[in-house]
Amino acid sequence: MFQYILSRLLYTFPIAIGVSLIVFALVHLAPGDPLSAVMGEVDQTMIAEMRASFGYDKPLPLQYMTWLGSVASGELGYSLRSGQAVLEILLSAAANTIALGVLASLLGFSVGIAAGMFAGYRNGTWLDKVVSASAIAGVSMPHYWLAIVLVIVFSVEWGLLPAVGAGSASSMFSWESFQHMILPTIALSAIPCAIVARTTRACVMEILSMEFVEALRARGLSESRITLHVTRNALPTVLAVMGLQFANLLGGSILVETVFAWPGTGSVLNQAIFDRDIPVLQGTILLLAMFFVVTNLVIDILQTWADPRVSRH
Amino acid sequence: MVSHRWKHPLVLALCMALAAPGAALAQSKPLRVGMTLSDIPTTSGQPNGGFEGYRMTGYTLYDALINWKLDDAKVSPTLMPGLATEWKVDEKDQTKWVFKLRKGVKFHDGSEFNADAVVWNFDKLFTKEAPQFDANQRAQVAGRILSIKGWRKVDDYTVELTTKTPDSTFPYQVSYVLYSSPAQWEKLGRDWKRFAAQPSGTGPFKLEKLVPRERAELVRNPAYWDPKRMAKSERLVLLPIPEATTRASALLSGQVDFIEAPPPDFVPRLKSSKMQITANVYPHFWPYFMSFREGSPWRDIRVRKAVNLAIDRAGVIKIIGGYAEPAKGIVDPGHIWFGKPSFDIKYDPNAAKKLLAEAGYGPGKPLALKVMVAPSGSGQMLPKPMNEFIQQNLKAVGINLELITVDWETVRNCRRAGAGSPVCQGAHGINNSSGTVDPFSAFSRVYHTGSIPPNGFNFMHYSDPKADELMDRAGRTFDDAKRDALLAELHAYLVDQAVDVWVVHDVGPRAMSSKVKGFVQVKHWFQDLAPVYVEN
Repeated sequence: MFQYILSRLLYTFPIAIGVSLIVFALVHLAPGDPLSAVMGEVDQTMIAEMRASFGYDKPLPLQYMTWLGSVASGELGYSLRSGQAVLEILLSAAANTIALGVLASLLGFSVGIAAGMFAGYRNGTWLDKVVSASAIAGVSMPHYWLAIVLVIVFSVEWGLLPAVGAGSASSMFSWESFQHMILPTIALSAIPCAIVARTTRACVMEILSMEFVEALRARGLSESRITLHVTRNALPTVLAVMGLQFANLLGGSILVETVFAWPGTGSVLNQAIFDRDIPVLQGTILLLAMFFVVTNLVIDILQTWADPRVSRH
Repeated sequence: MVSHRWKHPLVLALCMALAAPGAALAQSKPLRVGMTLSDIPTTSGQPNGGFEGYRMTGYTLYDALINWKLDDAKVSPTLMPGLATEWKVDEKDQTKWVFKLRKGVKFHDGSEFNADAVVWNFDKLFTKEAPQFDANQRAQVAGRILSIKGWRKVDDYTVELTTKTPDSTFPYQVSYVLYSSPAQWEKLGRDWKRFAAQPSGTGPFKLEKLVPRERAELVRNPAYWDPKRMAKSERLVLLPIPEATTRASALLSGQVDFIEAPPPDFVPRLKSSKMQITANVYPHFWPYFMSFREGSPWRDIRVRKAVNLAIDRAGVIKIIGGYAEPAKGIVDPGHIWFGKPSFDIKYDPNAAKKLLAEAGYGPGKPLALKVMVAPSGSGQMLPKPMNEFIQQNLKAVGINLELITVDWETVRNCRRAGAGSPVCQGAHGINNSSGTVDPFSAFSRVYHTGSIPPNGFNFMHYSDPKADELMDRAGRTFDDAKRDALLAELHAYLVDQAVDVWVVHDVGPRAMSSKVKGFVQVKHWFQDLAPVYVEN
């Protein structure tokens, strides 16, 4: 197990370098001059001076190596727009996004697994049909549309919950902050909830039709013990799906964060794209990519733990 | 007995105090503003975020030597004394300007504003060797005060600023430079990042709390030097809400009291919820700037006039919920620089067809134009439906308008690079709204031969000796009335030449709760938030 984790950790490095190269190339291939975008209407000499001071006048491979060097030392540079340290921007934004991501995962996964299990066990009944139809609706419904509907119903019409922002409380664990998180959490959890429900239902149905379940029943095991076996067998597949969904949620959603004016990584990324704020753009995409890499690693480890047959050697 | 109590001197005094104009100072409810920006504009002196930045963290926390008079919705705002009480150009050497500074003005940290502070702030922006030099602040303002050459202290309350050449528009340029406290910067370890969190200016508000990308909380500066502009709200909260529908929802749900730029399709809903909607024309125009380079069909004045006459501006305005004014030139007809053009810009498709026929275009040889547009952008209103509507208008008179849709920064880069440059992808023109706050931004930077890229923003490569001469003369005319007359003559000439395609002027709609009082929407990009408050 330890050797497996170590090898997976080692794989992470070439993946991270590959990701950083793609991130750098994509950002620099996009049209538009970042400095003239940020500096507004100043003369070309001043833009050239600033370009030199940020090192953007150097050849791209050299710029890449310089950036990689500073990333390795934990330094992501400074925003061209605000002058704030990119790391500082990302830490505060990531904390907001992770808070939503964790809440949406808890909500989406627990509801999704429960609904999927019920539907799988009650295959063909009205309950199964309701769950399946809801899951299809959940997957098909654009989450930004759901976000707008939630705002209109719960904030504008009924005035029950705040429509925008993260509130003014100094702690994220306050009641005020929690109120601000309710609607974005529901909007974000719809898709993962539906996907997890569908996957769980399919897995449970498949496992229930296997011979070993019949054998367990024949041996007189209680239904609750059988459910445990079913759950254990369904877990690797559901975990893999949840892992990807969790990484998606941690990456933040540009659309949902924009609708709720939520100060997370999605909003940062969106604005950095519009501003051509290269250091912020590079830092954010790298961070999001690393979320995926790390989450996949954790899921791989969890899968191996849940089902030792899943070996990646 | 009751009547006796009412006559008690103390009660009477209280009643009088409440009825007095300054009573609103007692307002304790915060004024929460939903901005269109996605972040709080920088707070260390020169704000980023364009003119919205100036409105929110510029003229609230800081002052300029010369401020804008922003209290009358009916007239175009003019300049007025700010941290300088008077200024004049040297009669013998018109590159020298002497500014007399206001005495007794204190920064928020209690230190004194004086000539040393002015010199220190100019060094902050333009002297690279100065310890307080801040490239980020310089980037925000350098393009707005292009004439500045030198600065020096004459005495504690007098400074002399010099310009590169005689320039009568210099006072407008001075209005963009805001003054940060040298003492506060020293106190915070000479660190602009720390200063941004605890800034000190001379403005009617002080910054109390800043959470980047989330909120800024400003509180009234009770020691503000101008009693007439004392903040009426105890607390001003700025919230970045870039998505228009979200801003409107925040207003409807009572999370904010005041929003900038509500989406036009939301306005009826806001009105039905008893929200106030304000609008007023301001120095903005939404045009197509077209290429005058060799080979461009735009060099033919008949084509230029035809396109201007082919556009149904009332139809365009309908698309944006009525929140615009039809453009009849660079500035609106009520502006002092409008003049008396003979070419009346209106919707007359028959006249357009006739002019096109005279220019040699017709069914067998339709005129083809390419314009670069962006789906969104600062001051662009609702560009997609507006451009598509214009495309239909032009088609009706036999002009094939091709819209090259790119992102906003590509349009901006094309404008900076000028017509014919590779970034413009073969477009004859660009759709890029423009501000006309001062004579330089309205005329010289856009229409002067000297502003052809890379020297300026004359994207069109428009070069006309008569227009240049009028702009140069206006720049050398130090009598305001005479200069305005020259600018009116210039404007009339440019309209008669049909230099651009002028479509509409924005009216900058804003929406606010019925409890918001004191807001006067003036004809300007800048608006004063000091007199605005939420009624208890």
